[in-house]
Amino acid sequence: MEVFNLSKVSKTYRNDGKEYVALKDVSMSIYEGEIFGIIGMSGAGKSTLVRTLNRLEEVSDGSVSFYGSNLAELNFSEVRKIRRQIGMIFQGFNLLEQRSVLSNVMQPLRIAGVPREQRQKKALEMLQVVGLEDKKKEYPARLSGGQRQRVAIARALAADPKVLLCDEATSALDPKMTGEILELLKEINRKRKITIVIITHEMSVVEKICDRVAIIDEGNLAEIGEVKEIFRNPKSEAAKKLVLPSNPFDPSSTTSKLIRLVFDGLAASRPFIAELVEQTGKKVNILSANTKSVSGIGYGQMVLELPQEEEDQRIITEFFEAGGLSVQEVKRS
Amino acid sequence: MSSYIIESIESGVFETLQMTFFASVFSYIVGLPLGVFLYATFKGRLLANKPINFILEFFVNIGRSIPFLILLVLLIPVTRFLTGSSIGTAASIVPLTVGTIPIVARMVESSLSEVSPGVIEAATAMGASPGYIILHFILPEATPSLILGSAINIATVLGYSAMAGVIGGGGLGAIALQYGYYRYEKDVLWTSVSILVVMVMVIQSGGNLLSKRVRK
Repeated sequence: MEVFNLSKVSKTYRNDGKEYVALKDVSMSIYEGEIFGIIGMSGAGKSTLVRTLNRLEEVSDGSVSFYGSNLAELNFSEVRKIRRQIGMIFQGFNLLEQRSVLSNVMQPLRIAGVPREQRQKKALEMLQVVGLEDKKKEYPARLSGGQRQRVAIARALAADPKVLLCDEATSALDPKMTGEILELLKEINRKRKITIVIITHEMSVVEKICDRVAIIDEGNLAEIGEVKEIFRNPKSEAAKKLVLPSNPFDPSSTTSKLIRLVFDGLAASRPFIAELVEQTGKKVNILSANTKSVSGIGYGQMVLELPQEEEDQRIITEFFEAGGLSVQEVKRS
Repeated sequence: MSSYIIESIESGVFETLQMTFFASVFSYIVGLPLGVFLYATFKGRLLANKPINFILEFFVNIGRSIPFLILLVLLIPVTRFLTGSSIGTAASIVPLTVGTIPIVARMVESSLSEVSPGVIEAATAMGASPGYIILHFILPEATPSLILGSAINIATVLGYSAMAGVIGGGGLGAIALQYGYYRYEKDVLWTSVSILVVMVMVIQSGGNLLSKRVRK
C-alpha cells in the first residue's frame, strides 16, 4: 500500500528576485510499514522534501498525495485533518518549554478534541512506550537531549498517526543517544506498524534502521532503492560519496588501484586478510576499515590499496570474490 | 511639612496607584490583542496579511511618536465626553490608557517574536489552527517575557501618571508639581519623587520575580 506518492515534485524559492531551486522533478513512493530514509548533504533539499509530505511546504510543481489524496487540492481544514495522521519530530525537539512533559504529550490529543481524561490516559501510555513515565511532571528544560527527543516521539505518536516523519531527529544527539533513539524508532515501527520517514545526512543512521533509501543531491533524486543494495553497489556519484569512508589513510602511491570490499552476511570470525597473504602471498594496504559483527555475521566495508602488477591485482580480486565478498574499484577524485 | 500636606501625599499615593492600576488594565485589554495581531499579521507569520499589518503598524507608530504631554491636551474633549470632566483621577485614566496602548502592543509583539519558530512549526505539523497555535502554543511560551514586559509598561504608566498632574490630574505627580515646583517646597518635591521611585522599583522587582518564578 502506497502511503506517499510524489510525482515530479519541484520547489523553487524566490527571494529578492533571485530564484533558488530546492527540489527538481522528484518522483518516488513510500510504502506502508517501511522505514524510509532520505539522505543528502546539508542544503540538498531533503528538509524541504519532507515538509512537502505534510504540506508545511507547498510544492511549486508536481503533486504529493497521501493515501491517494492530492494534498494541494485540500482546503486548510482538510489539510489539518491529514496532518493529525502524520506525526513529526525535529532536530531541535520543539517542545513547549513552559509546559510539563505530560502536558506536551497531550497537545495533539487536545487538538484532536479528545476528552480530558482520555487525553491523560493516552499520554501516560505513550510516555510508557518511550520509557519516561517517571518524568511526566518534569519540564523539558530539565531533561537531556535524548529524553527530550523521547518526549517529542511520545507527543508525535499520541494521536495514533499512520506515519512518523523524523527531520534530522538524531543530529543533535551523541552517538549513544542516537543509537537508543534509533532502536526506539525501530521498535515503534515493528510493534505499532507505523510507517517512518527519516531525514538524515548520516549514512550510519540509514544503515542502522532504514529498509529503503532515497539519495537527494542538489534538489534531484540521485538514487533510490534497498539500503543493502545501495551500500553494496552505489551507482550515482552522490551515493558513492555517502557510502565511501570519509577519511581513509593516504595510499602509498598516487597511481595504485584502490578497491572497496563490502561485507554483508559473512562470518565475522573469518580472518580474510590473513588468509589472502597465507594462500596467495600477495599483500594489500588497508586504507580504511569499518566493520562490525551483528550476532556473529560481519557487516561493513574496507578500502584496500593493491600492488602495482595487474596479475597480482587479478589474483587478489578473484580471491575475495571467491570468498563471497563484493569487490568494487574505487575511483580517486 | 504641615499635616495637610502629609495628608494630601497620602491620598496622592492612593490616587497614583488607582490611575496606574486602571490605566494598565485597560491598556492591556486593548493592547494585548492588538500586539497579537501586530505579531501574527506580519509577513511569513500565521495570519500574514500585508494591508492589516500596515494599518496596525501605522497607528501604533503614530501613537508611540506623539509626546504624552501633547496627547494629554489633544484628548481633553474625548476625556470630557467619557468621564464628564477633564480634571481629576478618573479623567487622567483616559489619556493614560490611550497613550499606553501602543507601547503595550509593541511590547507584546516583541515578546511573541521570541517564541521559537520550531515550536510553531511543530504545532502546525500537529494539525492545529492558527488561533489554537496562538492561544495554546505562542502565548504560554511567551508568558515569562510578557510578564517582564508588563512590569516595564506599568512603570511607564506610573511615570506618565505623574505627568498628568500638569493638566489637572491627581496623584503624586500633581503634588510634586503644585507644592514642590510652583511653591518651591523642596521637601515636598523630594518626598513625592522618592515615593514614585520606590513604587517603580517595587513594580520592576515584582515583575522580575514573577517572571522568574513562572519560567520553567
